[in-house]
Amino acid sequence: MEEIIRVDNLSFSYPDGQSALTDVNLTIYRGETVALIGPNGAGKSTLLLHLNGILHSNGVVKVFGRAVDDKNLRWVRSKVGLVFQNPDDQLFSPTVFEDVAFGPINMGYSEAEVRKLVTRALEWVGMIGYEQRSPHHLSLGEKKRIAIATVLSMNPEVLVIDEPTGNLDPGSKWSLIELLKGLEITKIIASHDLELVQALCPRAIILDRGEVIADGATSHILADKRLLSAHGLARNKPS
Amino acid sequence: MKHSFLDQYSDRDSIIHRLDPRTKLITTLFFILAVVLTPPNRWQAFALYFILVVTLLLLSRVPVLYVLKRSLVIMPFVVLIAIFIPFFKEGEVAGSYNIWLWQVTVTYSGLQVLWNILAKAWLSILSLILLTSTTRFSNLLRSLEKLRLPRVMTMILSFMYRYIFVLIDEAMRMKQARDSRNFGGGRLRQLRTIGNMIGTLFIRSYERGERVYAAMVARGFDGQTRTLEHLSFRQVDAYFGITLGLVLISAMVVNLWY
Repeated sequence: MEEIIRVDNLSFSYPDGQSALTDVNLTIYRGETVALIGPNGAGKSTLLLHLNGILHSNGVVKVFGRAVDDKNLRWVRSKVGLVFQNPDDQLFSPTVFEDVAFGPINMGYSEAEVRKLVTRALEWVGMIGYEQRSPHHLSLGEKKRIAIATVLSMNPEVLVIDEPTGNLDPGSKWSLIELLKGLEITKIIASHDLELVQALCPRAIILDRGEVIADGATSHILADKRLLSAHGLARNKPS
Repeated sequence: MKHSFLDQYSDRDSIIHRLDPRTKLITTLFFILAVVLTPPNRWQAFALYFILVVTLLLLSRVPVLYVLKRSLVIMPFVVLIAIFIPFFKEGEVAGSYNIWLWQVTVTYSGLQVLWNILAKAWLSILSLILLTSTTRFSNLLRSLEKLRLPRVMTMILSFMYRYIFVLIDEAMRMKQARDSRNFGGGRLRQLRTIGNMIGTLFIRSYERGERVYAAMVARGFDGQTRTLEHLSFRQVDAYFGITLGLVLISAMVVNLWY
């Protein structure tokens, strides 16, 4: 299997000295859907920010075998598409079209190509016809879909999503899960929604206090109630 | 809160709506310039401007009542600034009043200045309402960009448009949270709470700014901004621009002559 992302001994502390990640090792292969689970403040988002070079430290993250550094950032970002947790941060343009087109335009595509990419991305997330709407007026479920489209329009090899179902009602949540299931692309999904993890991800990684606690088949990990409750992913005292 | 508060009716369709935003922007600015430069005693010119703007408003099919209401919302500010002028301007006295210790006089030339300011402000506001209710804000931004307004400024406006209501909603939620825990207390304490709320709002906006920037960087933003070009300047725009320009210029020439 082809390695897409490889993280070797990644450690990271924020400028205020607070340590966020310690010796994280993981490898993502082509075609996988991997869940990154862990309690609040486990370092999931920080890890995701490393995957496309928003945060980067001394070349310990490799994308297609190339170390992420200052020179290849744009290439890295065209390969690894990162969807942020809050769509109000992700969608910053006056219209949906401009938002979905933002990535492709930055990648330097021509106008015709940009239009094609935007239409295709909106088609994938089922939001054709929303081009001229203002993101502010959409429902949260619609915003989440558009946020995913803004990244899909860049034609990435890997889709990295932070908390895709946070705050969604069950109906919107399951339709989003179906949507993600239909996308044939390598996916890394950070979440503590275990229903989503079970439905979508064959492999799961538990992250707690900046360390990888477990990495393996989702069925094994979710069956281990003791492990889950030790890391804030299930009730404290399993019955 | 809804965005349409800013550019309500801009999604409708009419001759005016279909004009290129640049045409509208330039003619509006030109119109305002003409109005402002007209001497106060040329009431014919003002009548002409009024007829012009009303005709365009009717053509745009924006509800008249909405336009009137909106134009009146802004008038108090103008009145507040202009109301004292009749009392200070020197000239032929129109009336003199004694209020307690002061003797207050109103002059004719002062009244004329007041009338003039109100009329000019109202005409300008009407034309601006016409512009904003027939042009989508995003198109207005793009036309400003095309007219070589520095990209930094159009971006600031664009972010303002996107986030002003997000921030207002946030402030509203904070207010609700405060009200639901507010059990009276002195003025001073309430003031302090408001101060804290403003501070919190500022910090949250700052942090949101950082997250938005990260989201932009994640999609290849490198400080350079690029957009697609898709405004079309058509023949209608040329006709409209030229006609309106000629009308305004002739009005100004007539003003200068007499």
